[in-house]
Amino acid sequence: MRFIPVTCEEQAEMLARVGARSVDELFSDIPEDARLARPLTLPEPMSEIALAAHLESLAGRDLDGSRVVSFLGAGIYDHYVPAIVDAVVSKPAFFTAYTPYQPEVSQGTLQAVYEFQSMICQLTGMEVSNASMYDGATAFTEAALMAARVTKRDKVVVSGAVHPEWRETLATYVESGTLEVVEVPAAGGVTDVSAVGEALDERTAAVLVSSPTFYGTLEDLASLGALAHDAGALFVVATDPLLLGVLEPPAAYGADIVVGEGQALGNAVSFGGPGLGLFACRKAHIRQMPGRVVGKTTDVDGRTGFVLTFSTREQHIRREKATSNICSNHALNALAAGVYLAAVGAEGLAGIGEACVAKAHYLEAALVGTGHFERVFDAPFAREFALRYRGDVAAMQRHMLERGFLAGVDLGRFAADDAGFVLFAVTERHTREVLDRFVEEVSAL
Amino acid sequence: MHEPLTGTLIFERGAAESRCVEAPPLDVPAVSLDAVLGGRARSVPPALPHVTEVDIARHYEHLASANFGVDSGFYPLGSCTMKYNPKIDEQACRLPGFARIHPYQPEETVQGALELMWGLQEALAEVAGLPVVTLQPAAGAHGELTALLTIRAYHTANGDPRAKVLVPDSAHGTNPATVAMCGYQVVQIPSDERGGVDLEALRAALDTDVAALMLTNPNTVGLFDENILAITEAVHAVGALAYCDGANLNAIMGKSRPGDMGFDAMHINLHKTFATPHGGGGPGAGPVAVTEPLAPYLPGPLVARDGEMFTLSTPEHSIGRVRSFLGNFGVLVRAYTYIRAVGGEGLREISEQAVLSANYLKALLEDAWPVAYDRTCMHEFVMSGGPLRKVTGVRTLDVAKRLLDYGIHPPTVYFPLIVEEALMVEPTETEGKATLDRFAAVLRLIAEEAQADPDLLHGAPYTTPVRRLDEAAAVKNADLAWRPEDVEA
Repeated sequence: MRFIPVTCEEQAEMLARVGARSVDELFSDIPEDARLARPLTLPEPMSEIALAAHLESLAGRDLDGSRVVSFLGAGIYDHYVPAIVDAVVSKPAFFTAYTPYQPEVSQGTLQAVYEFQSMICQLTGMEVSNASMYDGATAFTEAALMAARVTKRDKVVVSGAVHPEWRETLATYVESGTLEVVEVPAAGGVTDVSAVGEALDERTAAVLVSSPTFYGTLEDLASLGALAHDAGALFVVATDPLLLGVLEPPAAYGADIVVGEGQALGNAVSFGGPGLGLFACRKAHIRQMPGRVVGKTTDVDGRTGFVLTFSTREQHIRREKATSNICSNHALNALAAGVYLAAVGAEGLAGIGEACVAKAHYLEAALVGTGHFERVFDAPFAREFALRYRGDVAAMQRHMLERGFLAGVDLGRFAADDAGFVLFAVTERHTREVLDRFVEEVSAL
Repeated sequence: MHEPLTGTLIFERGAAESRCVEAPPLDVPAVSLDAVLGGRARSVPPALPHVTEVDIARHYEHLASANFGVDSGFYPLGSCTMKYNPKIDEQACRLPGFARIHPYQPEETVQGALELMWGLQEALAEVAGLPVVTLQPAAGAHGELTALLTIRAYHTANGDPRAKVLVPDSAHGTNPATVAMCGYQVVQIPSDERGGVDLEALRAALDTDVAALMLTNPNTVGLFDENILAITEAVHAVGALAYCDGANLNAIMGKSRPGDMGFDAMHINLHKTFATPHGGGGPGAGPVAVTEPLAPYLPGPLVARDGEMFTLSTPEHSIGRVRSFLGNFGVLVRAYTYIRAVGGEGLREISEQAVLSANYLKALLEDAWPVAYDRTCMHEFVMSGGPLRKVTGVRTLDVAKRLLDYGIHPPTVYFPLIVEEALMVEPTETEGKATLDRFAAVLRLIAEEAQADPDLLHGAPYTTPVRRLDEAAAVKNADLAWRPEDVEA
């Protein structure tokens, strides 16, 4: 395929106008020793028909969610995406635009982002949301860095019940020693509140927790928030926005910064990316917030309009003094989330959340009832739960895969202490019939 | 009278009983939410819109029609490579075998996806001339961060931690911002009068405390640095590493490879060079390519080929993760699709046309619009609105706004910082000659308008969905979210 509209004749005209004899002449600034003297060694070009067939054949080798019953979650969830969501994000005027640097011709993107920010504020109870980060892990990491700036302190206390990949991301970012990270191990699938109390000191910029936790359990956010604030630290809560139709918003527990993975709001599972990093905070802290933010204003004729604002925090203006190096964000995923939340509304979101919770509890009880699984945590959970399997997890998962089930995430792959634990995610897409069939297969193990 | 396209919020549409998507009827026993959630059930519902599907369809259609994308018209936004986004890419990433697979599935159930990632790693390594590629980074700036942390780990492992990173004054803002995030000190290097790195200043700044030089090549004024081999040699001579900001890779594919220029690492913006859409601000992807000595420090996981099987693995001395899961896979699918569509010769042709188109446009404009550096450019060039401002009082900002009235997205303005009243023009290879001719004619016309009637330009634009917006009021009012209280009040 070829995406160049210039004809050979036009190329000759263009060269003549430039005053060059050949295209190669235009590359004469490249030193001889830095030129590539051979063609690139890449596969031959393909026609659209052949390429479509090639891609279908590659995709066909994957076991996708339409051909298997999956209980995999752990941060990325296969919720139903309403048809209207893809209809909107497929509009070229949205997906072929870039950052709205020229607001007069970018009101579509800007207003959609403002609406997204508004919805995230409604869900989380926070005053300000940015226009998005890359994913939950990087939003979480940026929250730790922001807390250090706000408090002018250099240590954070992180719960061991936060997603291991998020904790690892934070550790990678601060490896240069810019911030000390103290990890408090989880106890019973939730943060050990007393251990947090012991880890806090006058250097602590923030306490960072996740509720639901990586294990699907719900934290005692009120106690954790009070501990953080008593020590003069910020309280950072990672949330799951899909569940905020049924769960109290983090702001109700005094959260100063709320982050989260927003993929579940209208975005495909897509092998884990692109996700949608959510980032919301108090208005008082806006000048330390990372990422773009859209504000409402008026034009010279008094018409309502929207612009990127508080840009003096950002890299293109502040360079090394910027609050973050982020430039491109995940605007199209934020657009999808906005359309999703408009489509389901508060009632739909609550209904979907309730369905997830009810079905998760139905499955959990039934699996425990088979005698092959046992409960390991006492804390309440929402749509995801961990159980200990009384046998070889890998063998069980292989066996269930042959029967058309992806039987949860083996938590032993993340931590030796969690060997034998299996994490199951249940969504509104799982019907009772499917859950019963899975339990039946488990019973037969 | 027409309703304005924008300004009415989705919250203000529909009616209290309007619904679009409802939850399915519960087919398992209901639970008491407050009981099973341990007293954490939501007491006050969030104020989300109440709308029907047709409300949503119209609302976003109106918003879309107030937006300008590559499919709307010419978008010569320098440094952003706003080329056409092939539609087959959009179809590819929506195939269920790519869109509905989970990152924690057993590897044997995602061999197609892993093979695609492996193929993309290989192709990017070949284009970069650097053998090992990680697809993890989510964007260019994220790639910069990944590469600098990798370089830091390399120096640390050699018992030689260093404190400084050199960045030219023409660099993107992400470069110094990244340096600071990695805990390094930024040392700015001036450009010379030909637009390249000032070699003497570079040599003076290089010492054994320098970890790396970050350099965009071709650089941000659209020039290939003629001294590139001397630059990377000088950097290596003090034990530092050379990092290439790959923002301008679209100029040199199949012509010259950063690895062959002496760079040790680079990031590649898939949303620029490899035609994945910019999405109104993202998502992009910023894979990083490195030399063999840096490879053991890359973040995991990478895709490896083991006979017929493709597997995930993390390098031995990895810096650790820079994000969750496996990268922006949906973007990777699009870039892979593009590379397979055009092939190696196609990539070379793309760079050749991008460079020819930029030089052609420069030739059409240079008598009316002074070019910052009068040399053969690569895929973009920078003009200065400084002289026009002196004569007419018309600023580059005014010129940009007037272009909107002619249905053209303005070039990047006020960047790079080293050019007064800069306009950075990147036509890309996907625009026809007629489009370039019209752009040149419009810019010449605007220069005439500026002479004849400066106020016409000060007041532009006139034909856009909204006109110039009050940015100071946006900061002052700080209205960053709609709230139901505001309506009631």
